[in-house]
Amino acid sequence: MDQGSAAGTGGTFISLSDTEQRCYSGLYALCQPDSSGKLAAGKVAELFRASQLPAETLHQVTEVCGAKRLGYFGCGQFYVALKLMAAAQVGLPVRLESVAGELPLPVFVGIMNELEMRYPNHPSTNESQPHILGSLTGSAPRPPADRPVLRHPDTSMDKQEAWSPPRSPGISPPRSPSAYRSYPYGAQRNGTDTLLAHDGNVPGRLSVPQENSSPSHYSLKLQSEHPVITCVASVERLVERAEIDYSDEPWRITEEQREYYTNQFRSLQPDLNALIMGTVAKNFFTKSKLPIPELSHIWELSDVDKDGALTFPEFCTAFHLIVARKNGYPLPETLPATLRPGFVEPGVVTVPPSEATEPLIVFDDKMMPGANQLEMGSVDLQMTSRPGVTAKQDTRDESRKPEFSPKRIPDPHEKPIQRVSTLKPDSPQELDANMKSRTRPRSYSSTSIDDAMKKVEEPPTPPPRPQKTHSRASSLDLNKLFQQSGQGAKSGWLPPPPALPPRPPATQIFSFLPGSEKSSQKAVQQPNFADFSKFREEQESSVRGGLSTEDLAPPKSDSTLRHQGHAPQKPVRRKLHPESESATPPSATPYSAATLTKSTQRPPPKQKREIQMAIRKNRETNAVLTRLNSELQQQLKVVHRERVTLESQLELLRPVAST
Amino acid sequence: MFHYTVHTSLDVVEEKISGVGKALADQRELYLGLLYPTEDYKVYGYVTNSKVKFVIVVDSSNTSLRDNEIRSMFRKLHNSFTDVMCNPFYNPGDPIQSKAFDSIVSTMMVQAC
Repeated sequence: MDQGSAAGTGGTFISLSDTEQRCYSGLYALCQPDSSGKLAAGKVAELFRASQLPAETLHQVTEVCGAKRLGYFGCGQFYVALKLMAAAQVGLPVRLESVAGELPLPVFVGIMNELEMRYPNHPSTNESQPHILGSLTGSAPRPPADRPVLRHPDTSMDKQEAWSPPRSPGISPPRSPSAYRSYPYGAQRNGTDTLLAHDGNVPGRLSVPQENSSPSHYSLKLQSEHPVITCVASVERLVERAEIDYSDEPWRITEEQREYYTNQFRSLQPDLNALIMGTVAKNFFTKSKLPIPELSHIWELSDVDKDGALTFPEFCTAFHLIVARKNGYPLPETLPATLRPGFVEPGVVTVPPSEATEPLIVFDDKMMPGANQLEMGSVDLQMTSRPGVTAKQDTRDESRKPEFSPKRIPDPHEKPIQRVSTLKPDSPQELDANMKSRTRPRSYSSTSIDDAMKKVEEPPTPPPRPQKTHSRASSLDLNKLFQQSGQGAKSGWLPPPPALPPRPPATQIFSFLPGSEKSSQKAVQQPNFADFSKFREEQESSVRGGLSTEDLAPPKSDSTLRHQGHAPQKPVRRKLHPESESATPPSATPYSAATLTKSTQRPPPKQKREIQMAIRKNRETNAVLTRLNSELQQQLKVVHRERVTLESQLELLRPVAST
Repeated sequence: MFHYTVHTSLDVVEEKISGVGKALADQRELYLGLLYPTEDYKVYGYVTNSKVKFVIVVDSSNTSLRDNEIRSMFRKLHNSFTDVMCNPFYNPGDPIQSKAFDSIVSTMMVQAC
């Protein structure tokens, strides 16, 4: 043996990876350290035996780590011993040098099975930690909770849940020992949390059995003021869920967790489709006692649409991240795929609600009062629930699966629905965010749905041109009316639009009406198609009125058009010969008059078509000319006005100039 | 050493925005353009609707940077900044510790170089 090297072991610092640290701390806790940090010899011996190393090797380990020299296993010695055992199990000699490098975690049969499984030769993995945990849990069925909660040197948070070896193996297989660390600020949760740790992060089972086994160690009491209450409830759930397969990732939200989140969401916002405002969420999450920068980071990760508010999926994500963080998982840099709001669980039963229980604990403020009572109750629950847990595993998982998938599916739908529904009720926050949010200026993949929702409708199609022109014309109408009052027949309310849109369809109508040569008439006819029948009736009466409609053209409202249409149509009807075109449209009136006269004559039906063809051509030319005419007239008006203004200015300036 | 430059450029920014009586609503007015070219570098300014000022200092030797690029940089900055603001845990006035924001800024700066 290497006594020499052993001598220095006590003070040797061996670097431990994160996983190792967790594992070791859990084991350390397992060995029931007393106040001074010494481990119970019995427990240590038991652990060592569980490593299935030959006794001689164990002796060597003990010597090398310095415990033999000291007479007890302190923290440092214990860790060294663990590492040496790992080395021994791998086959390396029991030397201090062996532990210098990376080693797989030591295997302790019956005690740390899960733990080892969890860290199968992956001493340190940052992001793979969750994976490791997942795999571990999956593989190791029983191990009672080894939740090697990392004990901080302060031991202030002594959460060691003394896991209870006696725990029936059936309890929960995959609860991989929680390798996660409990952060100082997470201490509040302490044992309860860890106990309840869901598979996602850590096997919640640990907590369960631990509670049962060693209430004394159960730091629940420690945290009496903490929401142990939540633990209780969660414990139940945990126990039930014990059989839940430990999913491979701690970033999945199990159904129970989701239920819990749903309840929490409801407490903040009764409508599941609505948003939780940023301030509300801030207060809520601040209760979790996580440091603000971490909360800020969690917020950044979970608020995918960057609107300053949380939808239900976002809330679940944030909650989940907080729970994970409290369980010791490092926060990811980017949002895991499973936590994205749009993620749809394929029906796989994910991590057991250990996390669900955790959050319960998180909010101390809420839970404080009943903590004590819950403690007691929880222990009992655990005792009773455990036995039956194992059997239900399969059924539960399966039942959960179908539940879960449908639950998941609605979520992505929820989100879009929420988007839509909340779009309005949302405070200006969201609106502002929308304005500047990625939904519009920048493309944001996860908010594609939001983009669709939030996007303002396209501006309504511009009103049909005729109307516009008509509106313009309306102003001109008056002028025209006054100016052209002399023209007479012109109905003042429809000034000739500057540009009459050609109305090809009108030609169809024209076939109906033998004559309208004017485009305006065409346009008029179109809308007044139905009115044709009326024309005949009103022919006599509205003949005059219709004359002026030629220039009026379609822009006018239908009613007016109709009126006008009547008139022009009448003449159109009557008019048979295309000579109407001859009346160039300096004024609609004369034109219409001409048409009127012509309309009286009617060619025999046989030649009708030929004439109609000719009429159409003439009409087109007429339309062009009419348009031209109207435009020129408008220009004329404009010029007149300018002239007037200039003259007035000139007059104003004259006295000045003269003086 | 750029802090001094940025601080002095703030005066120019203030001068520019104080002279405008109308509401600074559109992007064009938000972008203040080249504030002050010195022998070593150029300073560009941008002010948001809430009077938050962004200042970009670029090396004068980097002549490939066009005005449009600077504008787009400011736009990205503004967007990232609003994202940071959306975080209820962020108190205005605190130094921004958002990793996303930092990454965007770093990426932008790398692109510019």
